[in-house]
Amino acid sequence: MSDLLEFKNVTKTYSHGLLSRVSTTALNNVSLKLETEQPTIMTVAGESGSGKTTLAMLLLGFIEPTSGQILYKGKNIHALRGEERMMFRREVQAVFQDPFAVFNPFYTVDHLLTVPIARFKLAKSKNEARDKMYEALTAVGLRPGDVLGRFPHQLSGGQRQRINVARALVLRPKLLVADEPVSMVDASLRANILETLRGLQKNYGVSIIYITHDLTTAYHIANSIVVLYRGAVMEAGAVDTVIKTPQHPYTRLLIDSIPWPDINRRWGETAIKVRESDLSDHPSVGCRFSSRCPLVMEKCKQSPPLFRLSEHQAASCYLYEQNPAIDPEKLSELLPV
Amino acid sequence: MTPVLQIKNLQVSYYTDAGRARALDGVDLTLTAGEKLGLVGESGSGKSTMALAMMRMIKPPGRIEGGQVIVDGTDLMTLSEQTMLKARLSKIAYIPQGAMNSLNPVTRIGAQMVDAIKAHDEGSSRADIDRRCKLALESVDLSSSVFKMYAHELSGGMKQRACIAISILLKPKVIIADEPTSALDVVTQRQVMETIDRVQKQIGAAVILIGHDMGLMAQFVDKVAVMYTGRIMELSSVRDMFTDPKHPYAQALIRSLPNLENKGVFNGIPGMAPALLQLPGGCAFHPRCSKVMENCKTQRPPSTTISGGRILECHLYSEKA
Repeated sequence: MSDLLEFKNVTKTYSHGLLSRVSTTALNNVSLKLETEQPTIMTVAGESGSGKTTLAMLLLGFIEPTSGQILYKGKNIHALRGEERMMFRREVQAVFQDPFAVFNPFYTVDHLLTVPIARFKLAKSKNEARDKMYEALTAVGLRPGDVLGRFPHQLSGGQRQRINVARALVLRPKLLVADEPVSMVDASLRANILETLRGLQKNYGVSIIYITHDLTTAYHIANSIVVLYRGAVMEAGAVDTVIKTPQHPYTRLLIDSIPWPDINRRWGETAIKVRESDLSDHPSVGCRFSSRCPLVMEKCKQSPPLFRLSEHQAASCYLYEQNPAIDPEKLSELLPV
Repeated sequence: MTPVLQIKNLQVSYYTDAGRARALDGVDLTLTAGEKLGLVGESGSGKSTMALAMMRMIKPPGRIEGGQVIVDGTDLMTLSEQTMLKARLSKIAYIPQGAMNSLNPVTRIGAQMVDAIKAHDEGSSRADIDRRCKLALESVDLSSSVFKMYAHELSGGMKQRACIAISILLKPKVIIADEPTSALDVVTQRQVMETIDRVQKQIGAAVILIGHDMGLMAQFVDKVAVMYTGRIMELSSVRDMFTDPKHPYAQALIRSLPNLENKGVFNGIPGMAPALLQLPGGCAFHPRCSKVMENCKTQRPPSTTISGGRILECHLYSEKA
């Protein structure tokens, strides 16, 4: 089986200015793999500062990793040139968080859709281009007559976000990176957009990396989940297992803090141990969650490896050290597709 | 219990080149001390307009065109601009949407708190003011060192809690929180909501929580009001709203929510919210309603109270009454 995308021990460090020696590790030794044959939806979850957007930027080739490699179809994405580079640009598409900021207010929606068609020479005639546009818009549940010829300000947030998905779709991508695509959209429209994304995976065979802090939507759309905290993988596995039976103290805290729209399920009882005001110094060695962890042990001063808990679940925590440790590079083997 | 807040037939319009948009079209609401009300609705339904109207902070081209907002026996709409200045923060306080942008970046948090107290109680001594500021910071779980800090030195959740501290300085009767956590992570969100809950109990204020996160509403409020095109479609206790919503719009809204049981089922609400400039006749929801009847297209449904003190604007229930 060939890999569509592979993260090989990727680390990204941001340094603060020229003179300062302090640097922030946004992503620490992350290895991931997506296969070509089986399109899947993988969630990357975490709070702000967890490195999830860094991961998206790395994946899209906007920034280079400090160490490690990102391979697309077996080739380092920063070594791609010419034809191959165009191919990568076409096949890896993104949908960003803010549907209000990504449009040029002076152009109509048509422009946004025709430019990629022309740029990548996807249509031989005007009619073919039009058909492609109509098809993509219909696929995301929009009526072409409703949106074509309109300016962005004449459309709702949900419509704009679906046009973004349609724009990605005309290029027939293999991989879609969706960075918080629904966090700025009304709750009633979220369902529509998530439905659209899932339809893409099912009907068009697009793999999706869904980046979010919202575990509720992650649960509904994804097959697998990777939970990040300050750049390190805390827990990973099948989305059902991880969200229903979280094992890592951090994942438990996250899931306990979800406000479920169900009055019989009260907000978590687990107290939030440390207020962030006391958190000015994050541990640079050892488990990154240790300063906030209610179950912290002496051992946590050393970085815990990933322990395999079941076929489809692993947590990076010494609470589970009786379980077999697994190589971080093998992480994606336990993610179901 | 005597109500601490009464809103009667509040109306706000925005005048644009294309015509008059009725953002708030006759809203009635009553809250008692200590009560928590959630105000939900899609964007453009008038939630934030309602908050601004209650604070009398609507700016042109918007205009408050009628109605009363009675807080603690005083109708805010009749106050002079001077007295209204005093009423803000001491009678009714507002926690704005983006805490990131609402603190002054060039003055210390403490100075902003002192300003707020001085503007209302000119006579108080420096020691007294300091004591009150420290208490307020303490009650939102911020250390007193925050008093000397600038906004950029605080994290998002801390900024939001600093805003809460300012809003409770003068022990207002009503606190309006407009999406106080929409920019925050789940864990921080829980901290902030727990903070609001605690200080609200301490000072016995009524709280109006504005937002579209139904999950947050389920966890936090006592009553929920569902707004659509500037009107309250349904007002029910939180339990009734989540277990047995009555209005077709509220039903669709509840059905669209994800939970652990219905994995992979997405029930979006078909259609989109109408533009306020061209509202459909009759009930504004009728083009999207699954139970639309003939009279919904022509007659606006009257406000009807059904058992359990639930208030509905829908012909399905007005006929039986």
